[in-house]
Parts: sequence; C-alpha cells; structure tokens
Amino acid sequence: MSAVLIAVAALLALAAVFGAILGFASEKFKVEGDPIVEQIDSLLPQTQCGQCGHPGCRPYAEAIAEGEEHNRCPPGGQDTVDALTDLLGRDELTLDDDGAEDAAVAKVAYIREDECIGCTKCIQACPVDAIVGAAKLMHTVIVDECTGCDLCVEPCPVDCIDIVPVKPTLQTWGWDRPAGIGQRPDSRIEVVNL
Amino acid sequence: MIRTFFRSRTPKVFDFHGGIHPPEMKHLSNGTEIAPGPLPAQLILPLNMHIGAPAKPLVEPGDRVLKGQMIAEPAGAVSAAIHAPTSGTVSAIGPRPIQHPSGMDAICIVIDTDGRDEWIAHSGISDYTERSPGELVDTIRYAGIAGMGGAGFPTSIKVNLGDHQRVEELVINAVECEPYITADDRLMRERADEIITGIHILQYLLNPRRTLIGIEDNKPEAIKAIKRACKGCDIEIRVVPTKYPSGGEKQLIQLVTGKEVKSGQLPAHVGVVCQNVGTAYAIKRAVINGEPLIQRVTTLTGDGVSQPGNYEVLIGTPVSDLLHHGGVDAGKIGRLVMGGPMMGFTLHSPTVPMVKTTNCIIAASPEELPEPPPEQPCIRCGSCAEVCPANLLPQQLYWHAKNDDLEKAQHHNLMDCIECGACAYVCPSHIPLVQYYRYAKGAVRQQAADQLKADKARQRFEARQARIDAEKAEKEARRQARLEANRKKKEASAAPTVDTAALKQASLEASKAYKAAVKAAKAADAEGAANAAELKAEADRLKEIADKAKAAVRDAGSAAPAAVPAEDVVAKLKKQVGDASSAYKAAVKAAKEAEANGDDSAAALRAQADELKASADKLKAELRDAKAGAPAAAPTAAQADPVSDLKKQVGEASSAYKAAVKTAKEAEENGADNAAELRSKADELKAAADQLKAELRDAKANAPAAVPVQAPTAPPADPLTELKKKVGEVSAAYKAAVKAAKEAEENGAGNAAELRAEADTLKADADHWKAELRDAKAAAPAVAKAPPVPTDQPKMPEASAPQALTQPLTAVDPEAAAKRQKRLKGLKTAYNMAHKQYKEAHAALERAERKEEVSADELIEMQRKVDKLKNKADVARDALDALIEEAKADIRAHTGKDLKTLKLEAARAESALADKKLELDKLASSSGEDALEALNSELKALEAEAQIARKALKQALEEQGLVE
Repeated sequence: MSAVLIAVAALLALAAVFGAILGFASEKFKVEGDPIVEQIDSLLPQTQCGQCGHPGCRPYAEAIAEGEEHNRCPPGGQDTVDALTDLLGRDELTLDDDGAEDAAVAKVAYIREDECIGCTKCIQACPVDAIVGAAKLMHTVIVDECTGCDLCVEPCPVDCIDIVPVKPTLQTWGWDRPAGIGQRPDSRIEVVNL
Repeated sequence: MIRTFFRSRTPKVFDFHGGIHPPEMKHLSNGTEIAPGPLPAQLILPLNMHIGAPAKPLVEPGDRVLKGQMIAEPAGAVSAAIHAPTSGTVSAIGPRPIQHPSGMDAICIVIDTDGRDEWIAHSGISDYTERSPGELVDTIRYAGIAGMGGAGFPTSIKVNLGDHQRVEELVINAVECEPYITADDRLMRERADEIITGIHILQYLLNPRRTLIGIEDNKPEAIKAIKRACKGCDIEIRVVPTKYPSGGEKQLIQLVTGKEVKSGQLPAHVGVVCQNVGTAYAIKRAVINGEPLIQRVTTLTGDGVSQPGNYEVLIGTPVSDLLHHGGVDAGKIGRLVMGGPMMGFTLHSPTVPMVKTTNCIIAASPEELPEPPPEQPCIRCGSCAEVCPANLLPQQLYWHAKNDDLEKAQHHNLMDCIECGACAYVCPSHIPLVQYYRYAKGAVRQQAADQLKADKARQRFEARQARIDAEKAEKEARRQARLEANRKKKEASAAPTVDTAALKQASLEASKAYKAAVKAAKAADAEGAANAAELKAEADRLKEIADKAKAAVRDAGSAAPAAVPAEDVVAKLKKQVGDASSAYKAAVKAAKEAEANGDDSAAALRAQADELKASADKLKAELRDAKAGAPAAAPTAAQADPVSDLKKQVGEASSAYKAAVKTAKEAEENGADNAAELRSKADELKAAADQLKAELRDAKANAPAAVPVQAPTAPPADPLTELKKKVGEVSAAYKAAVKAAKEAEENGAGNAAELRAEADTLKADADHWKAELRDAKAAAPAVAKAPPVPTDQPKMPEASAPQALTQPLTAVDPEAAAKRQKRLKGLKTAYNMAHKQYKEAHAALERAERKEEVSADELIEMQRKVDKLKNKADVARDALDALIEEAKADIRAHTGKDLKTLKLEAARAESALADKKLELDKLASSSGEDALEALNSELKALEAEAQIARKALKQALEEQGLVE
C-alpha cells in the first residue's frame, strides 16, 4: 500500500517540478508579437505599391497572417507566392495579377522634367519618399530609392511620369541562363568591321 | 630523418585537388621576341579597367595630353589612376563599348594620337630603399598599377600593409597555366632582371619571411632566366607541374606553400600576398623608371593571324588595330576571344580596347575553337567533381542553378567557384556548367541587392508612415490648441467688452441721474419746498446707485482677463435696473405729490422722473443685451437679437426724448426756471436716441452679412442685388453716423469723437462691401446681365401656349441666337473665373491652416471668404446650366423634338446609309443591272434623308449656340 502511495507521491512531485520548469520557460522565452508576420513581411518585395489592396507590404503581411490569400502581390511575382506557400504550408496558388505585364522586370518612375509643373502630388503619393522637389519647381525621382510601384502615375495632373524598366548596368548585369538541354550555348558572335 | 633531409634539398611542391591538362598551344606565340605594338589613331581608355571605383577624369575633350600624363585620378581607396599612353588630344569622354562579356558601354576617355609619342617630364627613383614604404605605395597608386594577371585589383591596396599585419610568404605568380598565353613567359625570358627588381621592391614593401616564385615546368627557358637573375638573393623558385588551373591564386598558394585559403577568406588571412609577375615588372617600371602603367605585353595568337606573338601594346589600343598589326585574315576568324580559351570571353566587337588586364587575344579559326556542341542531359558521371580545383560538387551546383534553387546552390558553396571551366571541359554531356554558375552567381547577387533595396524601401516606408502619423497628431494638437485659445479668447474678450461698455454707459447714466437729482434737490431747497429733504434722500440714493455702477465697471475691467462669467454681469445689471426703476417710481411719486401741493418744482420733478425712467429703460435694454451676449446664448440669437433690441431701445429713447421735449415746452410755457436745463436734457436724450438709431442701422447692415456665413449652403438668389442692398444700407448708416457725429460736435457733446470713430468703421465697412460688389460684378457679369432663370420659357410646347410665348420659338431669329451664344460664352467664363477664385481662396486657406502663425480669426475670415466664393461659383454654374437647359428647351419647342432625338435620328440615318452602301458594294459584282439600279435609287434616297437629319441637327445646334 505504501509503495503505491510512494509512487503516486513521486509522480506528483515530478509533475510539479516539470510543470514549474515549463511555466518558467514559457515566461522566460515568451515570443513578443506574431513572428509569422515578420517572416511574411521579409518575403514581400517592399514596393509598397498597394496592388494587393492594402496600404503597404506590412499590412498585407498582417492580412496574410490572418488568413488572406497570399497570391496578390504582382511585384513579387510567382516566386514570392511560392515562397509564401512554403512558409505558410498552404495550398499552392498562382499569382493573381489579371495577366498584368511581367513583374520580374524591375521598373522605376521617370519624370519628364520639362513637363513637370511642380504640383507635389506625386511627392505626396510616393510611399517611400523617393521623389524630391518643391511646389512650382520641377520634381525628380531618386532612382535608387524608387520601387517602381506606380502610385505616382495616377495623381500626376499632366501625365509626365513614366514607369520605365531599369536598364542593366555593368554592375547589375548578369549572365543569361543557358538555353538548356539540346541547345547550343549562344556564344558565337560574328566578327564585323574588321 | 630522411624526409627532413630531402625536404631541405629539393623544395617541396604541394598539390591541389583536381585540375585538367588541356592542349597548351603555347608554341604558337612563344617563339618570337616581344615586339612593339601598333600606334593606333585612337586610344580608348575605360575609366574602370580595374576592380573598384571608376577613376575620375582630370582632362576635358580638346585637351592635349602627353605620354605618361595622368588623365584620370583614383576615386576612393579601391581605385587606380589612368595615364595617357601616348601624346595626343582628348577627343571625347563618353560611353564606348568596353571589354565586358555583356558588350555594354562604359565611360571612356578617347585620345586621338598625334604620332609624336611625346613623353611628359618624368623621373624614377634610383634607390627605392631611401623612400618610405608609404611613399612607394603612393607611387604605385598614382602609377595606376592594377593586377596584371587578369583580375585587375589595384596593387597599392595589396602592398599597403597595416601595422599589425605580417606577411609570411610573398608568392609571385609566374605560372601562366591557361593555354595559348605566353606573355609572362616571354617577359620572364627577356626581362628577368627587371622582374626581379620589381620583386625586390615588393619585398621591401611587404617584408615577407619567404618569397616564392611559382613557375610551371613547361617554361624551361623562363625558369632558367629567372634563376639566373635571382642568383644570390633570397627568392625561392618553385617549379610546379603543368596543370590547369595552377595559376589560380588559391591554387598556387596551395601548390607552393601548402596552405589552403578557406572559403570566403583572402590569401591575407593565411599570411600570403600573391602578385603576378607582370605586376612586378610594372612596379619596377613605375618606381625605378618613373613610367606609369601605359603599356603591357599581350599575346596575339590563333590561326586567324599570320604573325602570332607577343606585343607590347599601349593600353587602350582597339583590338582591331592589334589584329591588323599581327596580320589578321578576317575570313579565318571564327571567334575572337579576349583572355585565355578557358576563362576568357568572346568579344562582341573588335573595336573594344585592350586594357591593363588583357593578357591575350585569340583570333581563332572555326576549327580551332569550334562551336560548342548542344547540351546533353547530365549522366552523373562525376568527372566534374574529380577535376574541380575548388573541391566543389559541380553536378549539385548544376542542378540547383538549373532549377533556380539559389539557396541550395549557396549551401554547396557556389560563390567559391573560380569559374575556371575545368568541369565544363571534362563534361561528356557538353553542359556549359560555368555559364550556369555565372548565371546563378549573378542571380544570387541580384537577390542580395534586391533584399537590400527592399529593406531600404521598408525603412523608408516606415519612416514616412511615422512622419505622417506624427504630422497628423501634431495637426490635431494644434487644432485643439487653437480651438481652446479661441474659446478662451471668446470668454475673455467677447462677453466682458460688451458688458464693460454697457456698464460704463450705466454708470454714466446713473451719475447723470444723480447730478440731476442733486440739482433738483438744490432748487427745491432754495424754493423752500417741503419735499426738499425727500429729494435729497432721493439724490443720495441715486449717488449710491451711481457708485455701485462705477464699482461694477471697475470690477468688470479688472475681472475681464480672468473671464468673469457673463451671468455675474447680468445679475449686476439686473440689480441696477431694479434700483433705477425703483428710483424712477419714487421720483414719479414725489412729482405727483409736488403737483398736488401746487409746488413750482413739480415740472422739474416730472422731468427728473422721466429722465430716471429713460435711464432705467436703458439699463433694462442693456440687461437684455448682456443676456443675449452671454456665452450661453446661441450665436444666432446674439446676432438676431441686437437688431430687435436696438429697435426697442430706439423706440424708447425717442419716446423719452419726446416726453422730455414736451415737459421742457410745458416748463417754458409755465416760465419755469429750469426750462433751459430741461431743454439741454432733451437734447441729450435726442443725441442718445440718434446714437441708438445709428447703432440699429449698423446692426441691420451687419446682420445680413452674417446670414451667408450662417447658411452658406443656401445661396442667395441674386448675390449682386443682395450686395447692392448691403452697400446701400451700409453707406446710409455711414452717412447717418457722420451726420450724428457732426451734430454732436456742434452741440459740443462728449461722445462726438466716439461717433466719429464709429462713422469711420462704418465707412470701412461700406468700402469693403463696395469692393465686394465690384468683385462680384466682375466675376459674374453675365449673371448681372442675363436673367438667370428662364422663367418665361415654357417647359413643353403646348398648343394652348400664349402667342407671346410661342412666338420666339417658332421664329428663332439669328440675333437672339447670337445673343444667347454670347451669354453662354460669358457665363462660361464667369463660371470659370468664379471657380478659379474659389479654388485659389481654398488653396490659400489650406496654406494658412498649415502655417502656424495665422490666427484663428483670420482663418475664420478666410473660410468665410472661401464659402462666399464657392457660392458665387455655384450661382454662376446654376445660371449656366439654366441657360443650356433653356437652349435645349428652345430646340425642343422649335423642332418638336428634343436634342437627343435629333441626334439619334441623324445617327440612324447615317448608319442606314452605310449599310446600304455596303450592300450595294457586295451586290455590285454579282447582281444584275435592275437590282443595282433599284439599290442605287434607294441609296440616294437614304443619302438625302441622312442629309436632312444632319442638317436639322446642325441647324438646331447652331441656332442655340450649343456648339459641342
């Protein structure tokens, strides 16, 4: 009989000890906030374009965390959708972009400065403060900061903003992917003007 | 023991993993001595021939430069200078195709050579040991020396050691393992002494424990020459077995020192500095001879040239010039390669210049460097892994690169690939492995750059969001502060000012009453009247009242900043009113008694009583005013009440005046002594009444002005007439005020100045309204001229309509149409102008709101103005709409159809016509003549119909001046 009691007591003591350890750990290593939002946000392209219907990438990340579909980011392209699928363990989705043009091509806004009237509307619209200028003075885009989000095009009263693809420079140029099996690498270049 | 013995006798050479043995092909070019290169007509010098920041140009187009003159200085730490390779003129600084696999352009300095090859003054350092290492590093930096082996890393960085750095081994790379290339081989054979001097300079700069020269055993003559040159010095020669790519930096270090440079590390991490033999030669030329890096030895080889060999070419020489110099046969060239066959790249154009890193040009025939065969599937043979000198798994890298699985590729150390091409060389499936790796590397770099950019964008977005929120909060706080200040101001100023004025008036009246009472008492006393004592008492009481009133004024004055609640003032006034009315009652009683006693002073007493009544009334009115002005009362009441109040007051004042005049007359008739006194009192009362009247007018003028503010949504039917009325009222008030002031001045009244001031404000007001009227007239001339709403036009053309109404419709004379057209135009411009004014005012208001220093009152004023302008614009638009409607109605009445129907008819006729035409065309070939005829006539009829419809529409539109 006493053996049973001893066993029960021992088990209870163990339970108490482990419970205390678990309780302490849950307090000590408490995770602040929702880490999944951070992870989603880091996968989004941060163009802050609002094409997903949210006022920026982070709000969309929060919406995805709360169950919204994760295929509404045209600038991120299918790659971002796939990455989010992997991260979230959800069903695979195809990009919901209404067959918009190729998202993989990086773009920047370009202001035709001759036509700019200096209304500052685009400055107010830019989500990343990438347009400089003052009222009644010409504006221009800081190309390095522009995310090509398109948001400045609509407010322009004189339609002097174009979204142009970024041309590769010597620094950003990269080799093409080889054509693949059955293809010759495109290396033969005709010599002319000799 | 034995091993130690052997090691000491024969220097140990280590081995690295992998490597291949491609055909060497060096015999093509290593047989002849180094020959001078061509002097081309134009030299093209890219600003970024080296790794790091592009150099900064020091010359401008048009400048003449001499051989060896610095034309671009290093920009930043990792950069190298550029010098003019010969004398000539700078013809351009701009984009030119450069030596890059992409075939893209970069900024170059273009020099048109003059053929004189004129040197700039230069001198070397005969004994470099006299100079400090720092000076020599500077010399090297400004001589523009960059790694000549192929990478082009600025040499000054590599030879500039920190205090704590210690170099174990200086390794001179003389391996030249790539097939075809023999530039270093020939250099060593012919200029070994100079190379050794360069190495000595490097030794002086780096102070290494050992200096090792690694040379492949396929260059016996070079080995011999170097051995001869460095006899007796502390330079060790390591002859390494021929194997590609033993010339790779990490591979060579492993070969000659046995040290392995780890992944992601630099040779400096293991205490090794590696320099190319060509660099050593360039350092010698720069330090000892004072010649900057303006030429280099380049191998020209391949079946496409008749004189392959090594040429000392000027930096910037176009490849095509060298090819011509070497006797090129253009028809034989299949591929033009810059660099070796393993790591070089195919040139897009022969016009690209040769730069500091160009060690070889291969003009290969199609047989020599055949087109690569098509890629086949990987058979997982593993040959690539066997030959990889970097110990990677090329096969795995290939899979991941092919599938864009960059993360996994990086896990397999993609970035450690030296792109030597050994794997692709051995691949039985002819997979262009290196291209896959290069592609993947580019993608990884791009991804990193994108991530960086995304992080930056995120930061900027968040910063902007925070700023906007802060701005919003600040704006809100400011708004709240303004409202608060406004409220306080209202409490502090609005109520007390009204009340202090009222109180002052009250105290004035009270003291006046007291004085009159004293006088009356004195008169009664002199006449020995029975009620003299009574009157005195009365006078005393009045004095008390006056004192009280004065105290109240003082109180109000001192309490004003503390914002005395208006209720207090009202209570005080109430008390005063009570006092005054009781005094009046007592005076009446005394007068009655005096009359009953047949007393002489009865009339005087009566007058006194009247006066007291007037003052009591005044106090009452003031009380009412105070009540209305109290903050508890709604602003509308405050504005609506004064008028009626004033009216009442005026009525009272004038009745008091009349009564006073009557009593005065009576007193005169009775020959009373105080008749003159009464008369003056009456005059005073008259003045007071006049003032009240003026005030009333003023209030009336102000009241309508306040109306549009109160109800801006209900636009006045005709702002112009309204304005005119206002102007009339205000100017009338002004005139009356002037008159009153004049009268007061003539009478020597004390409040003349006050009246004058009031008149002035009225005048300002009048001017303001006049200006407003002018504005309105200018803004809406059409509104003023045209009857705004066509009330006299019928809505539908009814048969029973009176003749007068139908007449203008049945016969729309061109004059009326023209008039309407004019009016339409006028209205349009009027509306546009009004709208523009409104927009501008609105923008000004917004600007003012953004600014801090604009006070609330000004803002309110501006808001009012904006609203007014908006009204104006709305009115103009309404008028315009009405006119257009009118015109449309006219058309309807005139043609029996409305505009839409007309348009529809015209369109239908046109489409029918088009259909028929089509049909006709179709039938023209197939049908008989009869059918054609019938169709033709049908077509003609339709055409006529369409014509008519078009005409009707056009006419209607033109008549009404509705050009669309």
